[in-house]
Amino acid sequence: MTTVFDPGAAAAQATDAILADTLHGTARGVVVDSPPGAGKSTLVVRAALELADAGRPLMIVAQTNAQVDDLVLRLAEKNPELPVGRLHSSDADPYDKALDDLPNVRKSAKAADLAGLAVVLSTAAKWGHVKVDEPWRHAIVDEAYQMRSDSLLAVAGLFERALFVGDPGQLDPFAIVGSEQWAGLSYDPSASAVTTLLAHNPDLPQHRLPVSWRLPASAAPLVSDAFYPYTPFRSGTDHGDRRLSFAVPSDGSGPDRVIDEAAEAGWGLLELPARHTPRTDPEAVRAVATVVRRLLDRGGAATSERSPDPAPLTADRIAVGTAHRDQAAAVRAALAELGVTDVTVDTANRLQGREYDVTVILHPLSGRPDATAFHLETGRLCVLASRHRHACIVVCRAGVSHLLDDYPSTEPVQLGTVVKFPDGWEANHSVLARLAEHRVAWRP
Amino acid sequence: MSLISTLARLEAVSTGRAQPAATVRHRRLSERPLVFVPLTTAGEAGAPLGALVGTDRDAPHLLVVPQPRDRDLRFTFLSELADVVLPYIDAHAEDVEAAERTDTDPETGKRVKVEVELCADAPQLIVPSRAGVEYVRLLGRSMRFRRTAEQDPEAPYPAPPRVPLLGRWLTHFGERARVPGSSLLLAMTDVLSRHWATGQSTLEDQHLGALLAWIAPPEGETGAEAAVRAELARDRDGQLLCPPAGPATDPAFDNKLLAPAIERYDRARTALAASEDGLEADDRLGGLTAAEREIRALVASRTRPTWDAVWRGLDLLRELPEAGRVEERWTRDRWSFTGHRDRVVAGEPPQPRRDDAVTAANKLAAREREQARLEAQEALDDPLVMAGRRLAGEAFAGEVTDVVMAYSEGKRPSPRPLVTVRTDDRPHLGERAKVFRSLGGKPQSAEFVGHEGDSSLVVLRVLDKMGRGKEPEEGSVPQKGDLVCFTLFEHEQRGGAKLPDPEQTPWTHGGPPGEQVSEPADAPTQEDVL
Repeated sequence: MTTVFDPGAAAAQATDAILADTLHGTARGVVVDSPPGAGKSTLVVRAALELADAGRPLMIVAQTNAQVDDLVLRLAEKNPELPVGRLHSSDADPYDKALDDLPNVRKSAKAADLAGLAVVLSTAAKWGHVKVDEPWRHAIVDEAYQMRSDSLLAVAGLFERALFVGDPGQLDPFAIVGSEQWAGLSYDPSASAVTTLLAHNPDLPQHRLPVSWRLPASAAPLVSDAFYPYTPFRSGTDHGDRRLSFAVPSDGSGPDRVIDEAAEAGWGLLELPARHTPRTDPEAVRAVATVVRRLLDRGGAATSERSPDPAPLTADRIAVGTAHRDQAAAVRAALAELGVTDVTVDTANRLQGREYDVTVILHPLSGRPDATAFHLETGRLCVLASRHRHACIVVCRAGVSHLLDDYPSTEPVQLGTVVKFPDGWEANHSVLARLAEHRVAWRP
Repeated sequence: MSLISTLARLEAVSTGRAQPAATVRHRRLSERPLVFVPLTTAGEAGAPLGALVGTDRDAPHLLVVPQPRDRDLRFTFLSELADVVLPYIDAHAEDVEAAERTDTDPETGKRVKVEVELCADAPQLIVPSRAGVEYVRLLGRSMRFRRTAEQDPEAPYPAPPRVPLLGRWLTHFGERARVPGSSLLLAMTDVLSRHWATGQSTLEDQHLGALLAWIAPPEGETGAEAAVRAELARDRDGQLLCPPAGPATDPAFDNKLLAPAIERYDRARTALAASEDGLEADDRLGGLTAAEREIRALVASRTRPTWDAVWRGLDLLRELPEAGRVEERWTRDRWSFTGHRDRVVAGEPPQPRRDDAVTAANKLAAREREQARLEAQEALDDPLVMAGRRLAGEAFAGEVTDVVMAYSEGKRPSPRPLVTVRTDDRPHLGERAKVFRSLGGKPQSAEFVGHEGDSSLVVLRVLDKMGRGKEPEEGSVPQKGDLVCFTLFEHEQRGGAKLPDPEQTPWTHGGPPGEQVSEPADAPTQEDVL
């Protein structure tokens, strides 16, 4: 093809088609797949405003309180006049205090108090306790791929029609007890809401947002190839649109070299010597903390399409991602020892939907003697590798590719279930192969 | 695997003996459990070969199917099994006590208390291993849709009278076994490995003989040596000294002993059928009886060691005192048993082949709640389990070093005392994280305020359970010098969302499942009519 790809036009075209189906279509549901950073929240806010304009009472279902609060803030930012209801739990501090400053946002723990407002938002868990006589005309279900089928079952009676938005590549919902008993049933309660929805309503219109505005041109191909091989997407920016530079030159150490590599290429792999370690591998944890410390010490500046002037790379623009909570706790402790606070350190589950300039991640398979389904899950690696606008630095022990070869996926095949492609094994290999091009070996 | 169980396993390896993983028993053991040791036929799904079953450790009932592929003999077996299992279940179904349950009144739609019966005790089925639980489920599935001649005179192969009922009960036991913390149907290997950590992998722990070898090795032998012997040692004829706990049998047994014996039985049967006069028939009947006796002896020889091992496991477990919250969980088992008894009595159809969307979602939610409840209760009941949670940063214990009275803001200030705890644990406390301690069996919550100086001093703000007054009630606030233990996990579980009734299943889940039709029995296949 000789035509130049215009990301803005492609994205606008997709959005228009989605809004047309949502506002004027006949189907009861519309499904939108959105790769990381493709403007999912923007789409939700826009669809909400248009539905409100059209005079259709709207409920919005998100998965966490933080997501709900974030949507309320965005809605109020776009249209401060819009009467919005925030339905919350009766716990202490149920919502973000910033909502108290918004005059047109009413907050209540009872759905009846919010009746008649143009838009009412809450979490799926809270909606599950709501009873109504008259269902809402329309609903938007955000992060629908992270919502469990049983959770949708609890709320689906509240609305007539719905727009389902989500990222199929992120972490699947999970159950803390076995659910093999229902594997293969179209309404398997532990499956994702979208899986069940489409199994019962295969004719629903499905759309896809084609452009990632978050991921830089260096990252989009890797993430797209590894995690979305059949539904590729592009980066909204080009090589050279974003730049990461440091005032303090490298001191030649491993952490500094990997920072420079990542600033240049968008990816960096800091490889420690092969070794089997406990989950909270002290050396790897210290390496992660050191990289973060050096990122801050070296006076980073990020230039992007958002502004002509470079923005300083401050602690709140950096995040550390891990697979387990105890690893996150260990990294936090190590960072505190180095005097670093305010850097977000969390697990993949909690980093979903968040965005930073630079991320430092501890590879889920680093130092492990085995590769379990949990550690191989594609969504986990995908979330960790797609939170950044500029660069991603992976800290890992050598030998993961051997580990993968020793542990091919052996999950039992269940009749009637949709096999998810790519599997974790393939995705992990594909990411490792690309990361190897940006490898900095280091013995701490 | 948690850090503490890894440590326990390492210790087991170095000492040569399994290490305790609990100081109390976290499952109910009935005073009179029904032990069931089934064997299945290789290559034939759901074709039982035999079983030892009963409540008397010295006098088990031996049930055998001399030709497992013969439908009539299989029915005889199932019928005999029903004769042992159903009276045992019925004995528990009769003894009831009065209880209250909240129900929705069908007329007013309000929640009202109703007087109901609750069985005073529930039956308990114990099988050797997890595969045994699966087998109970399979047997239940194979029987519950069968029709007896009375139910359906047209049925081509009517089942003996009580077989479908046995199928419904086994299905109920199998389904209940999926609920975490339930004790209606237990696998001995699961219960033992909950209470002891061996020096082998969790997969190897599923071998009952090897597991017992680690927990109670013979004099002068290490657990590892005894376990290897249990797994591999064979006699001169190449037969395992410790036969597998089943239901699958050892191939060497199948090939060398069982197959020839069944062949002899088949020949004797054919010969009997071909006999031409009464005298000859008498003679050949003797041959058939002898062949059958031989198979019975073989099945007994493979099940009896497992039977004894299960009872030895029960002995070991009974030495541990029962944990405090086991009774509460057992009460839920009793409710579950009573509920199914009532459904059977009311003439409801057998459990459907597949759950509908709403039932499946309700089951999953209930099991997740039970799982969380079980984890919390085991930790609260058992300092060794709590130690594991402390090591994982999910709880901490220590001494109260300071208590400063403080009050909430607002019109009616309530007490919000600040308590400082010195601990050697390293809990993962996030900003304003909620923590809980058990106060007279009820959870009292507090929030994390911060560390004082180094991280061993944790400052907490106590939030509730201090009464209504301005001053906290006596004993509701920890005092300086008290030893306290706070957890980061909740002690009690909240109820989940109310799901719609099955008739209200929404369009996203395929709409209402429609009128429930009684499910037909499985159509006979060629394998069924050999």
